[in-house]
Amino acid sequence: MRIFDPHAHMTSRTTDDYEAMAASGVKVLVEPAFWLGQPRTSVGSFIDYFNSLLGWERFRAAQFGIRHHCTIGLNPKEANDDLLRREVIDILPRFLAKDGVVAVGEVGFDAMTPAEDEALREQLALAVEHELPVLVHTPHRDKAAGTRKTIELVEASGIAPEMVVIDHNNELTVHEVLASGCWAGFSIYPGTKMDEHRMVRVLEQHGPERLIVNSACDWGVSDPLKVRKTADAMKAAGFDDDVIDHVVWRNPVEFFAQSGRLILDDLAEADLSATFEGSGVLRGERA
Amino acid sequence: MNLAELSVALETRATPEGLAWLREASAAVAADATAVRTRFPMAGRKVGRGPLEEGADPADLFTWTIDDAARVLLLVAMGEAAEGELAELYRYGDAAERRGVLRALPFLDLGDRGLGLTDDAIRTNDTRLIAAALGPYATEHLPDAAYDQAVLKCVFVGVPITGVDGVPARVTPDGARMLAAFVHERVAAGRDVPAEVWIVIDKYPHAGEIAAIEAELDSEFDDRRAAAQRALSHRIQERA
Repeated sequence: MRIFDPHAHMTSRTTDDYEAMAASGVKVLVEPAFWLGQPRTSVGSFIDYFNSLLGWERFRAAQFGIRHHCTIGLNPKEANDDLLRREVIDILPRFLAKDGVVAVGEVGFDAMTPAEDEALREQLALAVEHELPVLVHTPHRDKAAGTRKTIELVEASGIAPEMVVIDHNNELTVHEVLASGCWAGFSIYPGTKMDEHRMVRVLEQHGPERLIVNSACDWGVSDPLKVRKTADAMKAAGFDDDVIDHVVWRNPVEFFAQSGRLILDDLAEADLSATFEGSGVLRGERA
Repeated sequence: MNLAELSVALETRATPEGLAWLREASAAVAADATAVRTRFPMAGRKVGRGPLEEGADPADLFTWTIDDAARVLLLVAMGEAAEGELAELYRYGDAAERRGVLRALPFLDLGDRGLGLTDDAIRTNDTRLIAAALGPYATEHLPDAAYDQAVLKCVFVGVPITGVDGVPARVTPDGARMLAAFVHERVAAGRDVPAEVWIVIDKYPHAGEIAAIEAELDSEFDDRRAAAQRALSHRIQERA
């Protein structure tokens, strides 16, 4: 089985996770820039974070045979820091021009403040300018209203709806998102948000078109194998292999290929002694 | 490599679309220096990343790539305005972008004002950056002691010094002594050194250090005697 996990915060995960993901069939993933659980206080922290998504993390994934891409953007939580918002948005164009960046994101709403509104509008405009798709996060609280407001801003920005994936959907938000012409993302979590069995019901109701499934694994309680577990649940529910491939591979490929920067070739046999800027994933002296 | 040679090589190797993009990008950065902030990272994607010389080994740290040449031409197109953007391009650059900045230094009229970038690159452990930093710009502007230290670092991290600009002419007697001392240290540990170290050491042979290496031929330990033999055998070959 070939799997594309379109939303995985690998910076927070271990090499064991990379091994298990590769063994489960993950060949490609996208790591969206997001917040790290504790607010950053200076733009320099963002610069280093973006560079690590483009450099070290990409290298680390390749050590396990996985192609790593990223999205670059200012997340809604930290957009509420006024000075930081301006400084980070100022440096985004330099990063959006780089190889390995396949979308603007995660952007969107958290508490639906005017600051979040402004950051989302500015970043939708940047996506249009850089001809990149956009990955939009929807709020955990008041999700339905946040999703509606997101769709309004997407429409007002002039970006083509097929260039936008609205993420973290549930049974109640999926109709409106699909009707808008945007893609609908589903983060499959242990316990909360959405699980693989509910996802199967959504797929039974809506079919595979424009639906994307991800693990959204990060530093919280989450499971990097949730895309595979969803595929297994689909199989158990009677979906055939072609529909499973449509959901866990062809859909994310089609969405992110719109960036023109997606790399899908198989990585050569991983060499764990290779180094990135002089550092490797092995400990101690190298031969 | 001079600018005319760079342009000719690029015309031969890049696609017509890549060259068209570069012409357009060069005009854009000449008109507005800040345009380079997005054009510089895009150069590899738009113009290409392969070796500039057909058939050259991409693993050779000193091989110029197509994007190196494109980035140098972009910076040259900016004229005097290039200097104001250089430090930030390096700061925000990935390894390929940083290499482009370093390779461009001798083509820009900077005096010694680019030395901060060269110094930074030499401080890293990234062999691509160290190799790119040690070009004609470093040969001309690095202080003697810094140049000697850079050559020693090359041997330490595995950058072949045969490709470093200015070797051996630019090395001082103190540089030759440090390298000989390094050979002694390695031999005493039973380890190997690259054959080309003798190009530098034998420019100013330091009697004391060389005697110390030769004394290892009589070491009571097998591995040290063997290491001394291997190291000194390279010396004879390099002289011949």
